[in-house]
Amino acid sequence: MESMLAVVIGGLYAAGMYLMVRRSIVKMIFGLALLGNAANLLIFTVGRLTRGRPPHVPADGVLSALPVADPVPQALILTAIVIGFGVQAFALVLIKRVYQTVGSDDQDVMVTENQGQEKLGQEEER
Amino acid sequence: MKNLLFLPLIIPLATAVLGLLAWNQRKFQRIAGICSTALLSVTAVLLLLEVQQHGILSAQAGNWPAPFGITLVADTFSALMLLATGLMGLCVTVYSLADADSDQEARGYHPLLQVLLLGICGSFLTGDLFNLYVWFEVMLIASFVLLALGGKREQMEGAIKYVALNLIASALLLAGIGLLYGVTGTLNMAHLAIRLQEMPHTGTIPVIAVLLFCAFSIKAAVFPFYFWLPASYHTPPIAVITIFSALLSKVGIYVLIRVFTLIFPQETITGQPLILGAAGLTMLFGALGAIAQPELRRLLSFCVVSQIGYLLMGLGLMTPLALAGSIFFMLHIMAAKSALFLTSGVVARMSGTTMLKELGGLYKRYPLLAVLFLVPALSVAGIPPLSGFWGKLALVQAGLQSEQYLLVAMALGVSVLTLYYLVTAWIALFWKNQPADAEKLHHLPAVRRGQMIVPALLLALVSLVAGLLPEPLFRLCHIASEQLLNNDAYIKAVLGVTQ
Amino acid sequence: MHSLILATAIRLLLPLMLLFSLFLLLRGHNEPGGGFVGGLVVAAAFALYTLAHGEKEGRRMLRVAPLQLVASGLLIALTSGLLPLLAGLPFLTALWSAVPAPVIGHAGTPLLFDLGVYLLVAGMSLLIIFTLMEEN
Repeated sequence: MESMLAVVIGGLYAAGMYLMVRRSIVKMIFGLALLGNAANLLIFTVGRLTRGRPPHVPADGVLSALPVADPVPQALILTAIVIGFGVQAFALVLIKRVYQTVGSDDQDVMVTENQGQEKLGQEEER
Repeated sequence: MKNLLFLPLIIPLATAVLGLLAWNQRKFQRIAGICSTALLSVTAVLLLLEVQQHGILSAQAGNWPAPFGITLVADTFSALMLLATGLMGLCVTVYSLADADSDQEARGYHPLLQVLLLGICGSFLTGDLFNLYVWFEVMLIASFVLLALGGKREQMEGAIKYVALNLIASALLLAGIGLLYGVTGTLNMAHLAIRLQEMPHTGTIPVIAVLLFCAFSIKAAVFPFYFWLPASYHTPPIAVITIFSALLSKVGIYVLIRVFTLIFPQETITGQPLILGAAGLTMLFGALGAIAQPELRRLLSFCVVSQIGYLLMGLGLMTPLALAGSIFFMLHIMAAKSALFLTSGVVARMSGTTMLKELGGLYKRYPLLAVLFLVPALSVAGIPPLSGFWGKLALVQAGLQSEQYLLVAMALGVSVLTLYYLVTAWIALFWKNQPADAEKLHHLPAVRRGQMIVPALLLALVSLVAGLLPEPLFRLCHIASEQLLNNDAYIKAVLGVTQ
Repeated sequence: MHSLILATAIRLLLPLMLLFSLFLLLRGHNEPGGGFVGGLVVAAAFALYTLAHGEKEGRRMLRVAPLQLVASGLLIALTSGLLPLLAGLPFLTALWSAVPAPVIGHAGTPLLFDLGVYLLVAGMSLLIIFTLMEEN
């Protein structure tokens, strides 16, 4: 199970990195989301995989002798997911604003037009 | 007195909440911002005194005992940084009274600034690695919004670069923390220090150290990860850049020093050539970048990068003198650099441009402003009676003691370059004749000018006084570095036991 | 894009989802649930309503500004953290009432904190959703 998850994590990292280096900012955000998920899955895997043993004491207070799942990685992942949710939501709002002001989601267009405008401005001043 | 430790978190958070509740009352938000940052500074002074009297303080949030709960720790280093945060926050808030336009304020500029300060204070105080990640994200979300606030086209471009690079750093940090938990089973920094001392440092542990180093280096803008900083710092308003350059990148360096002296001292020693190499190249490339810039804000952004190299140099050398030098230099650079930024903000306001070519002749009309730019500029370059000199002297001395001659030569060479480009900038702004076709200067009303100049003046004075009387501050820095290099006191303060 | 099915369904779904979110909030301390999920369910309910009737109607239905929800949520959570300071305990320590209250069992500052999270999450999500759905 661990090795399979390792392959999945590797795949997620690779896909995330690939999307990050694309020019489209929408794809960049998707890449960021994948990177975050890869990191979460990584925490989940290194926190030991245990099947069907939730980390809480049952109502009768009797603990089973078998090992239970470690709650800390789950808490970490939950926190990271929540934070990721907030950051990605902000990033989405940001790219919407960018698209509205620039009229394109291509980073190259954004950069070159900015430089073009700067040059234009300088020429006008001359 | 342990509840004193929670105040630096409660004050900005409460102010931010009040600011949100009174969304349309700008006057209230402004006053609350000033009160909050002033209170924060007072709290930091009290904390500093308390730490000097009783040693390192710790408090457990929610009363959960360490290492299970979240611990807050204050030693001399973090108390000094908190004090700097409070003062910087105060200066920038006062400056923003005149600089922030109503559109920014309507979009929540003041509450956001408080959230940013909350994240920064949290990062300085926390004793838990995962909690550190959370504070980093708090800081980042606030800084994203502050960067994009106003929504100018070029600002968007800068914000996207900033978001992307910092989120990669967060992902690396998260992966590093997860792996570290998998290896050691704990995230409390003091507990981690004990656990890692008992383990052989082979296999995954150096890899984790490298992951964390890369993550923090991106945040701190260390070579080769610095390129996002000049690409995004030149776009937002000056007040925002000032607080970013004074505090955000310094949080990265603070965390590097904290984590690598406390948790990974062995890796710091084995990785010394790498860290020192990164330090030297950060200085050099920052300075070379600054020389090539025709625009004031970009020039200063590269200057920020260049100075980060000196801070990293202290960590790489790992001697008490070097770390004390680094801490002194960090405090110096916050004051001097911010004074430079704020003064150039005044210049930009008056002349309506930041292109060096289009500026000039300001000395004739505003000689005081020229001095206000020159003093911190000379201080950053490290000219003797000013604060930068003593920080550099300590670092150079420590470098010579550790026989790192190449690095020392680089540090000195970069100082000359720094002097060159800052004086060039000064000449371009103040000394050379104003270009014939330049726009007329906007005259600022006296109150607004005061609100902009007083913070800059205060910071320049701090740099001057710290340069003339370096002894008391340097002694504090020395205590801080001793505490950093002897982990026992820190571990005892957190866990209540010696190893 | 107007969908008759969604518009009809949401009239029934909205109160049901709000009730369900309260249920999640109250059972959250010992069972799966809690303020975060509850807040998300609230946000989902209003998001569906907004999808059916448009962003302006959605804002009108919510009555308060999302930002005020965020602010009051933060305020409640902060208060729950400050209360133990009055009792001389560290920030955020859980205080419990001695007598169990009806329906919710033992009440205490964690419930207050959860309520803060509930409002904060609902407000934040709706703020983002409304911003993204704005037409211009």
